[in-house]
Amino acid sequence: MIGTIHLSWVLAFSAVLFATGVYGVLARRNAVLVLMSIELMLNAVNVNLVAFSQWVKDALVTGQVFALFVIVVAAAEVGIGLAIVILIYRNRETINLDEVNLLKW
Amino acid sequence: MSAQDAAFLVLAVIGTLAAFRLVTTRNVVHAALSLVVTLGMVAGVYLVLAAEFLAWVQIIIYVGAIIVLLLFSLMLTKAPIGRDALDNQQRGIAALVGAAVLGGLLFLVSDAFSGDKIQPVHTTTEQLGSSIFKAFVMPFEVVSILLLAALIGAVALARKEEP
Repeated sequence: MIGTIHLSWVLAFSAVLFATGVYGVLARRNAVLVLMSIELMLNAVNVNLVAFSQWVKDALVTGQVFALFVIVVAAAEVGIGLAIVILIYRNRETINLDEVNLLKW
Repeated sequence: MSAQDAAFLVLAVIGTLAAFRLVTTRNVVHAALSLVVTLGMVAGVYLVLAAEFLAWVQIIIYVGAIIVLLLFSLMLTKAPIGRDALDNQQRGIAALVGAAVLGGLLFLVSDAFSGDKIQPVHTTTEQLGSSIFKAFVMPFEVVSILLLAALIGAVALARKEEP
């Protein structure tokens, strides 16, 4: 007997992760914590991709391949993001996002 | 309820709790450790969904590399501790927006997919590799260039200027 999983449960888990990430991005003022919340949102998307890949069952496993691409892009984003954060810290002595307002109108 | 369902529920509950802790804790290192737990549980969800290559990639890249990067940058920026130092004044609005997103997504999911079930089929690494290098060669090359550009950009940004 092959076990089954409710698709909607997996999608609900991913929705909870995504909403938590949205809250984190909006409520945190420390730049590194905001980046962590963005990672949470990207992971929610990946869970969705894998779940639908197993649900649709296409021969090319497109969903999983794109989940891999999302992981690669997330790694690039974190690398660049942390370089920028460290640069801001070096210049301003703070990484609180509401104090970095040089370009704010 | 199948064994896969039960395993998924355990993983999802632990992952959700760790995610909540990540966005509410007052200590940045605890936030990073909560992120480790959440990412590990997501890897477990991939295993339950029979995507084992992706699960190990998740462990190696996220838990192995990205968390170390985040911890290093927390160390280098002397992140403070305390609610006022880590959160801004928009917590109420942020919680409202988060709840609205969650409500909308849950309504959509339960409306469209309630009752549908996945029968996970084991995806071999061979399958995934042949798919990447036959059907998705072009996106693969583009993503390699992107990674190279990001690497060079990060080095150029974070390097100390020569006096």
